[in-house]
Amino acid sequence: MDLTILILQGIIVAATPLLFAAIGELVVEKSGVLNLGVEGMMIVGAIAGFAMTIESGSHLLGLVAAATAGAATAAIFAVLTQFLMSNQVATGLALTIFGLGVSALWGQGYSGQSTAPLARLHIPVISDLPIVGPLLFSHDILVYLSVALVVGVAWFLNRTRAGLILRAVGESHSSAHAIGYPVVKVRFLALLFGGACAGLGGAYLSLVQTPLWVEDMTAGRGWIALAIVVFATWKPGRAFAGAYLFGGVTVLQLHAQGFGVGIDAQYLSMLPYVTTVVVLVIISRDKARVSLNAPACLGKPFYASS
Amino acid sequence: MRRLSNALVAMVAAVGLLAAAGTAGAADKVKVGFIFVGPIGDHGWSYEHNQGRLAIEKEFGDKVETTYVENVSEGPDAERVIQRLAQGGSDIIFTTSFGFMNPTIKVAKRFPKVKFEHATGFKRDANVSTYSSRFYEGRHVIGLIAGKMTKTNTIGYIASFPIPEVVRGINAAYLAAKSVNPDIKFKVVWVSTWFDPGKEADAAKALIDQGADILMQHTDSPAAMKIAEEAGIFAFGQASDMHRFGPNAQLTSIVDAWSPYYISRVKAVMDGTWESTDTWGGFDSGMVLLSDYSDKIPADVREMAEKAHDAIKAGTLHPFTGPINKQDGSVWLKAGETAPDGDLLGMNFYVEGVEGSLPK
Amino acid sequence: MLRLELRKEPSRAMRYATPVLAVLLTILAGGIMFALMGKDPVEALHVFFISPLSDLFSITELMVKASPLILIAVGLSFGFRAGVWNIGAEGQFTVGALTGGVVALIFYNVPGIWLLPMMTIAGVLGGMAWAAIPAFLRTRYNANEILVSLMLTYVAILLLSVLVHGPLRDPEGLNFPESRMFHDSATLPILIAGTRANIGFVVAILVAITAWIVMARHVIGFQVRVMGEAPLAARFSGFLESRIVWLCLMISGGLAGMAGLFEAAGSVGQLVPMLPVGYGFTAIIVAFLGRLNPIGIVAAGLVMAVTYIGGEAAQIELGLPSAVTGVFQGMLLFFLLGIDVLVHYQIKSRRPSAVAAKS
Repeated sequence: MDLTILILQGIIVAATPLLFAAIGELVVEKSGVLNLGVEGMMIVGAIAGFAMTIESGSHLLGLVAAATAGAATAAIFAVLTQFLMSNQVATGLALTIFGLGVSALWGQGYSGQSTAPLARLHIPVISDLPIVGPLLFSHDILVYLSVALVVGVAWFLNRTRAGLILRAVGESHSSAHAIGYPVVKVRFLALLFGGACAGLGGAYLSLVQTPLWVEDMTAGRGWIALAIVVFATWKPGRAFAGAYLFGGVTVLQLHAQGFGVGIDAQYLSMLPYVTTVVVLVIISRDKARVSLNAPACLGKPFYASS
Repeated sequence: MRRLSNALVAMVAAVGLLAAAGTAGAADKVKVGFIFVGPIGDHGWSYEHNQGRLAIEKEFGDKVETTYVENVSEGPDAERVIQRLAQGGSDIIFTTSFGFMNPTIKVAKRFPKVKFEHATGFKRDANVSTYSSRFYEGRHVIGLIAGKMTKTNTIGYIASFPIPEVVRGINAAYLAAKSVNPDIKFKVVWVSTWFDPGKEADAAKALIDQGADILMQHTDSPAAMKIAEEAGIFAFGQASDMHRFGPNAQLTSIVDAWSPYYISRVKAVMDGTWESTDTWGGFDSGMVLLSDYSDKIPADVREMAEKAHDAIKAGTLHPFTGPINKQDGSVWLKAGETAPDGDLLGMNFYVEGVEGSLPK
Repeated sequence: MLRLELRKEPSRAMRYATPVLAVLLTILAGGIMFALMGKDPVEALHVFFISPLSDLFSITELMVKASPLILIAVGLSFGFRAGVWNIGAEGQFTVGALTGGVVALIFYNVPGIWLLPMMTIAGVLGGMAWAAIPAFLRTRYNANEILVSLMLTYVAILLLSVLVHGPLRDPEGLNFPESRMFHDSATLPILIAGTRANIGFVVAILVAITAWIVMARHVIGFQVRVMGEAPLAARFSGFLESRIVWLCLMISGGLAGMAGLFEAAGSVGQLVPMLPVGYGFTAIIVAFLGRLNPIGIVAAGLVMAVTYIGGEAAQIELGLPSAVTGVFQGMLLFFLLGIDVLVHYQIKSRRPSAVAAKS
């Protein structure tokens, strides 16, 4: 097979877990909540998906478990920040500490076990077509789901009433509340969705990308997902681009080294973060433009006074 | 101020004495402490050290008591953990990662009666030994097998950081492979981490995509082995037997077998014969093992590998025997010359023929 | 049905009662967890909470662990009060250790009493410089400082790694990634011989006291509080938002940089790639646990340090895996953060008549 196609396939694999986590966090942030616990939710999803797949022998059940576990982890955050008004930054960080611990504890019996990776799609004829076949029609179901999520979230945010409410809540919770929108409920649901997505992202690592379970295996991907959301200026399409850019930089630099191109891996590893800062500056310079995208109430607590 | 600090010193001393008195009663058992850099479930580096700990327990039964602390980063926390192990009455403490070197030396000064064993470092003291393994001997053998078995003449090598240990492994494997297959090419990818299963898997995929049909790794997780298994190619395991992650893919693994060393050192403490030493053991001391050869290895290749293994073990073959030039063409070893340990310990250059440049 | 009602003013009684309540809840939940794992809950809790306080060595290590948390959290508390969200203290910590450490390495063979102050200044300036980037980008380009400072953390950690693997590597160190050891006049004076408790703890306490005075009495404290509580009023009353942003980021960056240098020159004594172990992030939690009050932060930093040291003790004495520490810490934090709600709100039962009256 053509190397270009293989590289692109590699990028898809590297980008998908980031995309899941980022698209979930994007919805959460659009509702005005900043959940820094993405890493914690991802790793809990990774072990939940892996454990369930081993126990039941079914990848589907594994994915359901991953999404559920991610959402359950997010629910802790939701209860604390939405009902008990705790600080979102601190709670998100605590969630990461907690998630890493819980997953390691849960995973003790599973490290060293092995499962078959998630099956890849194979449609006769179509999947065998040159170029488009391997590029578009021969991935596992999660890759398609992640793309569908991007489209779905974009449609939801821009074209549906519920999406409008969600954005309104993120823009100004006081006005949204005054109009009669259920601020806390919207945010709670957004958080559960974000948790489920992060859980699936984690499961992609443990069921497809590696596929195995080892402690701390997310290795910072949750934080990268947070960067992608900003990079994307809270737009689903750009989150897709961001995830593929991050995944792409990682995979391309590995390939470049394989070809003997002398680049220093560590300097290159800084690139995505520096890029994000630059993008952030560019989009923020124009106050009018950034305010169109950035949820104005991001990270601020909400209390319904009446 | 001075008086206060004197009083405090006296207190520390008193507490120390009390602690010593407290442990003296239970001193029949030899207490062995371990500090691990990763989780014991990493199936690589820390996992194998923990296997060594378990072997001590098995060997000496109720004559020993072992404790361990896992996931200790090679930063400010290490010294405290080592000191706590020493204070808790450990008779001998194994500090199992390079980054624990200076903390080990510092604590050892405060606890002259406790024996310390530091893995892979170079600083010693009256009560601090160092130990490491000649993993490159294993790399030589897998290099031979890879050179013979590759169809694409391309070996993928996943490397962590350009420290001498890793560079040595690349050179040893390359020289061996080259000696049986002049067309061999090594593709080395530095992932800048010891442990990131996702990135190791990405690197494995990238190397396979670029035509590598055999993978070697110098990182800690079994992710690359798992990817090789799926891709239907071969790979060599690192640190521990990774057979269960690649039943078809694994040709053999270089196994860090710490058990014989650990048992002998604990025995020495029991017998009162422990002294500070510098051990760099290979096949001959049983500290480096090759796990069972895969039946996918043809009989003649297997025979060649076994012969090389036996020759290294017997001391008749040195994996770094001249003539060997450095990558820039300058002479490193003249014909028949073998590499002095000093050169190997500080190795920071590729040998001639390896492509790419070492990250600085 | 229960609902929360905003108190007219924060409850003083709850302010003191809630941390106690949270610890009790953690003990309860932790006890259940330990029992489920087949450990004696009383013994496990004793090891976690009491053993770190029971001997002098542990207490000195508590100081070692708490000092950077307190230093960083006190700095952050200014910004958090003013609504300036620096969550990149980990990066400023790292750069501070780097710049201060470089001074120590340049003069590695030149002893002198001036060296340590110079290193400290370099560390503080390094932290400030790293924090100046988000400050500049926010005030000039309106870029969100949460995200800029977070991104720069990764850059800083990678930068440390690159430099320690390369130019700052110990020339006699067989190419291993760590710097030379700092010599005596480049390491912090030890408070208690034979331990690691160093002058850093004293500095942290002094900084906390100073910060408390500034926050309560000085005009800076006033401006910071106004800006946090009523940003519009702050703008009307004429002091510039950008001035406060700069001020807060310089204070938090500088203190984080100092903490980083103290870590390098104190408990470690050299530059190593693993120097940043998350103090910058943990300090955010500490800042909130201490209710953004410098004195509260000292207490919170010590509590946090207890859980770390207790976690290590639990591994050694009970054979509990390190993961338990994470779970336990997570629970403690959840309870502490969650129960705080009672300070500002009270639980009221919603009477049917009230609902009826509203509709």
